[in-house]
Amino acid sequence: MSFVPTSNAFKENAAGALKDVPLQEALGIARHHSIQTRLNTVAKMPEFESLRDIGRDLKNHIIANLDHYLLQFEQSVIDRGGKVHWCPDGESARAKVLEICRTVNAKTVTKGKTMIGEEIGINDFLFANGIEPVETDLGEYIIQLRGETPSHIIGPALHVTKAQVEETFRAAHTDLDPKRNLDDAATLMAEAREKLRAGFLKADVGITGANFLIADEGATTIVTNEGNGDLTQTLPRIHIVLASIEKVVPSLKDAMTLLRILARSATGQEQSVYTTFSSGPRRPSDLDGPEEFHVVLIDNGRSAYLGSDLEEMLRCIRCGACLDHCPVYHSVGGHAYGWVYSGPIGSLLTPMLVGVENAKPLPNASTLCGRCESVCPVRIPIPKLLRNWREREFSRAITPQTERSGLWFWAFMAKRPLLYRLVTRIGARALFNLAGQHGRLSSAPLASGWTKHRDLPATQGRTFQEQWKAKKGARS
Amino acid sequence: MTSQPGTAQLNPQGPFKAGANVALFVTCLVDLFRPSVGFAAVKLLEEAGCRVSVPDAQTCCGQPAYNSGDRKTAVDIAKQTIAAFEAFDFVVAPSGSCGGMIKHHYPQLLAEDAVWGPRAEGLAARTYELTQFLAEQCGKTDFGARLSGNCTYHDSCSSLREMKVKAAPRDLLKQVAGLTLTEMEETDACCGFGGTFCIKFPDVSNSMAARKVATIDATGADLLLAGDLGCLMNLAGKMKRDGSRVQVRHVAEVLAGMTDEPAIGEERNS
Repeated sequence: MSFVPTSNAFKENAAGALKDVPLQEALGIARHHSIQTRLNTVAKMPEFESLRDIGRDLKNHIIANLDHYLLQFEQSVIDRGGKVHWCPDGESARAKVLEICRTVNAKTVTKGKTMIGEEIGINDFLFANGIEPVETDLGEYIIQLRGETPSHIIGPALHVTKAQVEETFRAAHTDLDPKRNLDDAATLMAEAREKLRAGFLKADVGITGANFLIADEGATTIVTNEGNGDLTQTLPRIHIVLASIEKVVPSLKDAMTLLRILARSATGQEQSVYTTFSSGPRRPSDLDGPEEFHVVLIDNGRSAYLGSDLEEMLRCIRCGACLDHCPVYHSVGGHAYGWVYSGPIGSLLTPMLVGVENAKPLPNASTLCGRCESVCPVRIPIPKLLRNWREREFSRAITPQTERSGLWFWAFMAKRPLLYRLVTRIGARALFNLAGQHGRLSSAPLASGWTKHRDLPATQGRTFQEQWKAKKGARS
Repeated sequence: MTSQPGTAQLNPQGPFKAGANVALFVTCLVDLFRPSVGFAAVKLLEEAGCRVSVPDAQTCCGQPAYNSGDRKTAVDIAKQTIAAFEAFDFVVAPSGSCGGMIKHHYPQLLAEDAVWGPRAEGLAARTYELTQFLAEQCGKTDFGARLSGNCTYHDSCSSLREMKVKAAPRDLLKQVAGLTLTEMEETDACCGFGGTFCIKFPDVSNSMAARKVATIDATGADLLLAGDLGCLMNLAGKMKRDGSRVQVRHVAEVLAGMTDEPAIGEERNS
């Protein structure tokens, strides 16, 4: 029941996004802000680059020993009086969440931001089963009101301008005084907070995600900037944590290591405003906390990539830095990618989670410029992994036939230097003559993709190799 | 001038010495579209004391296949290139992109191959981008060029992130009499070329190029330079389509004092 990917329509989605004026405005603001804030924070931390190495090595160690740490985590959770539910896919995870909600006859659940929740489409599923999910993260709340999906891993409403938020609130909050000033972010936040408080109090179940699952403590961690996560997980009777299997870390110390690079990479903060640890249900001496604590542990296809040439994508700690620095993302935003995860990491994860045949363009929608890899806190070699997806597409004949034919023709020549020199000689002359005095072409045969927005600079008449041969002959 | 590549193997990874045998990897784009860049590179290398050869058997570095997922073709072309170049002391390309392919991706492509793997590594260790080679290996930055104007320099992604070239072109340009360099914002952002990307996703590529052009325009420069012809053709094509008066050239042309040819995409006078 998770939402149907439109990733195969990336080009069409992108064309729409490029013409969307408010989106382009929002993307421009976000781009300047996110790059600069990260830079400022990282500059204050001389050991940041070595922490990235440590983060990479730690995640590699975890991935290599995933079964061990997950079993340890389960035992620790049980020891603290909680439960772990192993779910191989989205369907089993949704069913488990519903089953837990039904035990208390839940009508309303509050939700902290959870990308795995988006991945398994938990909101629509609960709604269809008569349970109202209330998003408590401001960004998630805004897009829930707008009937949209997140366009960014950590800034789900990144695509929405302030003016649009005001518009959305005025439409949804029918009791809102039309004269109330909602011009700035603070008043918008206050307005949302007022509405959300009511939700916290009436919820029977609180659902959060997890940034980390701490194996030896049996605890889960979330980071927020609004404190909504704390209210989501302490006020209702039941706390359900949705988490994918690769979120586990051995110890609290390891979680701390990753937290140091997570916030800096994500928002340019040294630390998020709230870092919250949950471990088991309320004990008799506790002042607050849920009566039940459940961790729904979701695989959803990940384990199939352990030991594969794409395994390194499982290092991702969902900071969003690769989106923030991606020139393609800057141009089209998150929704163009057509599913839950967007940007460079989305182009790696989406084919894994929905099948590469349902996300064909994504691994190709990159110049492989490598800026993502240069900021990734756990040093995922994203361009290399995108290329690995492309190799899978090529070997499974998913690559479009026209492209394959073009490649075959080009390869045939490139592997035959004599023939290559002959053909390029002809080409150099033809393009030179076609362009004439003008020095460039506004259209050229077989080059419509190039000339749609660009002129094609002409050749200089003869290839280098041809001229070099002539010169060398004269010189020796 | 015909070099004797056999001598190269005496000291294949040693430091640069005058008279070193340098093979020019022309790159397919320079070969076809802008041979003057190749001749500028030869001139610079010779002035820096190199004996320059241009191996016959070179075509393309194989990136179109490699980046399209056609690994087998990429491997074939890598082997062909290695065989053509490995006898020389150094391989130099007027491109960070093709240089990066040889230096970083050939060894990865052939890592499992007991015969070709070490050969790829051997070649990779001796492969350089042009400005990097001149400044860092030859230790020469002043080639006596003069050009009056205000330029800005675009770092290609491969040069910057794969070949770690940042200071070299700037150090060389500082020595060009009459030329000032004004840096653009976000020098580490891609121009939208990306090889076949710009043809497969023309609208997205155009949007990326437009952002890059805006940062170029904001410098007030009248000349855009870079070390990769792919980026330059993309940006020149975009800027000329939009009526920009900024001239676009490969950095080697300016360093070699060879700016007689019309700039990229510019009209011919004669």
